[in-house]
Order: sequence, then structure tokens, then C-alpha cells
Amino acid sequence: MKMLNVSISPHVRSSKTTTKIMLDVIIAMSPAMIFGYIYFGWRALLISVLSVASCVLTEFVYEKIMKLPVTIGDLSAVVTGLVLAMCLYSTAPWWIPIVGGVFAILVVKMLFGGIGQNFMNPALTARCFLILSFSRIMTDYPTVTDGITSATPLAAAAKGGFVSYTTLLFGNHSGSIGETSALAILIGAAYLIIRRVISPRIPLYVIGSTIVFVAVFTLMKGETPVTLNYLSVQIMGGGLLAGAVFMATDYTTSPVTKWGRTIYGIAVGLITAVIRCFGSPEGISFAIIMANLLTPMIEKLTYPKPLGTYGKKAEKK
Amino acid sequence: MKKILERLYNGIIKENPTFVLMLGMCPTLAVTTSAINGLGMGLSTCAVLIMSNLIISLLRKIIPDRVRMPAYIVVVASLVTVVDLLMQAYVRGLYASLGLYIPLIVVNCIILGRAEAYASKNPPLLSLFDGLGMGIGFTLALTVIGLIRELIGKGTAFGFNIMPSFYEPVSIMIMAPGAFFVLAFLCAVRNAVMMKRKQPLPEKYCTGHCASCMDTSCNIGKKEDDQQ
Repeated sequence: MKMLNVSISPHVRSSKTTTKIMLDVIIAMSPAMIFGYIYFGWRALLISVLSVASCVLTEFVYEKIMKLPVTIGDLSAVVTGLVLAMCLYSTAPWWIPIVGGVFAILVVKMLFGGIGQNFMNPALTARCFLILSFSRIMTDYPTVTDGITSATPLAAAAKGGFVSYTTLLFGNHSGSIGETSALAILIGAAYLIIRRVISPRIPLYVIGSTIVFVAVFTLMKGETPVTLNYLSVQIMGGGLLAGAVFMATDYTTSPVTKWGRTIYGIAVGLITAVIRCFGSPEGISFAIIMANLLTPMIEKLTYPKPLGTYGKKAEKK
Repeated sequence: MKKILERLYNGIIKENPTFVLMLGMCPTLAVTTSAINGLGMGLSTCAVLIMSNLIISLLRKIIPDRVRMPAYIVVVASLVTVVDLLMQAYVRGLYASLGLYIPLIVVNCIILGRAEAYASKNPPLLSLFDGLGMGIGFTLALTVIGLIRELIGKGTAFGFNIMPSFYEPVSIMIMAPGAFFVLAFLCAVRNAVMMKRKQPLPEKYCTGHCASCMDTSCNIGKKEDDQQ
């Protein structure tokens, strides 16, 4: 007689592991990074290698010193390193990605308890740390390999310039290593969404609200006309796509609830638009880490009520 | 004599106002952009603290309990005015860089804290040394924070250029976030050192002072809803 197997929950397990998810993110980021290597040459590759190496090594050394289980096998440090490299300029000196990597992992991630415990996106926080610390070095944007020295499309568009659509799509313009090619980032985004690693909700709300707010603010200022090209540059010319797809969707620092993600996406878009229109031309990284800080509050607000409890009655017990 | 030394040790290490009591955070975070600023702020607070502790201790039997806070404020504010005018007269550079934070010594929690917790209950000489210990502890803390921030953020120490020429200053360290980084780091170092030295607690160590007790597993002083 066959006995029923009695066991405690969970009874259904997902085959998804942290390592698999991180591997998917790395695969999704690779087209954008490869485009960056083609345009900015071997220095871009060197910066990515140094950044990833410094992140992984910092995590390993910290865990060895503190006698914690070593977690570099989950590849999250590799992703942090890649994201950091993605938003650096290829002209940065060799020690910039190393300092950034150590800061990202040691201060932002490990000191708060390691993977899943950080309250801000480590790579983006490291980037903001680097910008605030070495502002002269960090704003020295590179030329593309064909030798055209130009400002980033965002800076050009802020002055009312026209940027061709093929340039925006393929990304042969100045910018951070992994942010220039809209096409490559969209391929990565499609991969992540098909593999169900991210839901399209956050990126869509981030991009949509940025465009709406940028259009409103630009009309309010009335200095530059709001044309289709201007708005396209706002989407594809800077870090917005890369930020919305790879950085705003970080599991640890973005809300889990459906409405929470909507509010979070709109918050990122609003802050980005405010910084872009009233501050420096680029603002997505500061916007994302500021919205990261709102995440716990957003989650508290949008936490779904358990079935069968009704508002205040449930609190009284 | 032993009690006097105990007061000094208490102020500098055991109950360091910055790293243990976490008092006076406003000047600690705001003016420590360089070692000189930290030292200046620390010394002026130290001077006010010693004098206020002494005067309040001398007046402790005259001041009625009900109006003690206004009385302390009057004493402290007069002393701060003296320090403020003296600094304006003799150390103009430092006075300019500390700015508003000199008058704000009046509301520094360390000074009112020591007046309330120690000087109002103890004899003048001990109170004076309590102020001296706390003052030195505060000065040391501010100078060290200022020194580290200046060294990393500007590559200088007390205004002297001592870092090699290829060193690129990390300018975030002399902005507001740098103050938090350094303060947190030094607190962690102090806690790590003290934890290694810590003796196991004796069987009966409860002194009845629940407000200053660090034992989180003890339930005596807690309200009922805290315990759940």
C-alpha cells in the first residue's frame, strides 16, 4: 500500500536561484557592454574587468575577514561590477573603477548585511560617490572611436541641437560605456522580460513618467521647443534606458507590490525630470538612489491586506 | 585624587560624549571639515563646559529645582558670550570658519547634559574635572574626525600638505556624507576595542539605573506593551 508523503511546506519550489537570475542579468547586459567596447575601445573593457574584479575581491576578502560564508558564487558582485562599469566613462583613470567597486560592495552592501540587505543600489551609489568626490575626472566624457569630439546627446539637446535617430539607436555617440546604444539595451530588456527576471512595469513607468515630466517642465521653462527629436534624445541619448532596465529594477531596492512599483517608477521619473530640466543634463542615477530610499515607505503604503480582514477591525483584533 | 582621575577617564574613554553618549552631534558633523576647525570647536566647548560645570556645582544648593533649566541656560549663555567675544577678538580666522556654531554652544546637549546629570549633584572640584574630562573627550573626538576628513578629502593635515602629489583628494569626505562615514567608522572601531576588553558581567549587576543600563534582555524597567 502506497503511503501519502507527509511533509511541511513549501511543497512547490521554483528552479530559479540567485545565481541563475544574476546570470540572466549578465547575459542581458552583454549586448550593451559589447557595443560600448566597440565604440570606446580596450579602455572600456579594462574598466569593466577592473570594476568586476574589485567588487568580487572586496566581497571575498570581507567575508573571509569577518568569517562569514563566502557568497561570491551567487554572481551578484559580478552584476554590481558590471552595472558600475556600465555607467562610467571610458576615459576614467584605472583606479576609479577599483575605488568605486570597493565602496559599492564594502560600504553599501556588506556593512548593511550583504546581498538583499542594502537599502540603495550599490553600483549607483558608488557612481554618485565617485561623481561627488572626483567631479573633474568623472565629467570628462570620451570621444567615440571615429574621433568626433562631442558633448553627450543630452547636453546637445538641452541647447536645442538635433541628434540623428540612427546615432541614438546604435549609440555611436559620447556617453558612459554601456548606456549609448538604445538597440542593445532594448535587446537586453526583451531578454529579461521574456525570461521573467524583471516585470516591464518599473521600466515602463520610469520612462513614461520621465518623458511626461520632462515635456511639462521644458514647456514651463520655454527655452527649448519640445520636439519629437528632443523627447527621443531624452529617452535614448542618456542613461535613462539603461537605468530603467538594469538599475531601477534591482530586486533588493525596488518595491515588490504592483502599485508600489508604479509609484516607485513615477518617483524615479519625476526626480530624473527635475534634475534634467533644472540641474545638470543627466540625473537618472541620483533619481534611482533617491527613489530607493522611498522604497520601504512605498511598500508599507501599498502592502496588500490579507483576505478576510477589514481595515481598522483587523488592527483591533 | 582617584575620583578625579576616574572622572577624566570617564569623560575621555568610558563615556566619550561623541562616540558613546552620541551627544553634540550637530557641531560634530558640521564643523569637522578640517582638523583645526575640530580642535577650535572642541576647545571652545571645553572651556564653556569646565566653567559651567564649576559654576552650576557651586550654585547647586541655591538654584530652586523648578527653574533649574532656565538658570543653567543663563549660566551657559553668559559663558558662551564671553568665549564668543574673546574668539572674535583674538582668533578671527577660526571665528570666521566656525561662524554660527560658536553661539550654538549654548544649546549643546553635552553642556546641559553634564549640568543636569553631574554638576547639579556633585561638589565643585569633581564637577570641574568632569567638565574637563568630557571637554577633552569631545575635543579629541572632533580633532580626530576633522583630521581624517581633511587628510582624505583635501590631502592636508592641520593645513600642511602631506599627501604625495599623485594623490587625488576624495572631496566627498569634506562634504556632509564624509562626516557620517568617519563618525560611524570611529564608533565601530571604539566598540570593537571595548568589546574585546569587556569583562563578563557579575551575577548581580543591576544598579537600578534603568535609563543608563545597556542590558536589552532585562525586563525590569520596561512597560508592558514594550515586552510583547
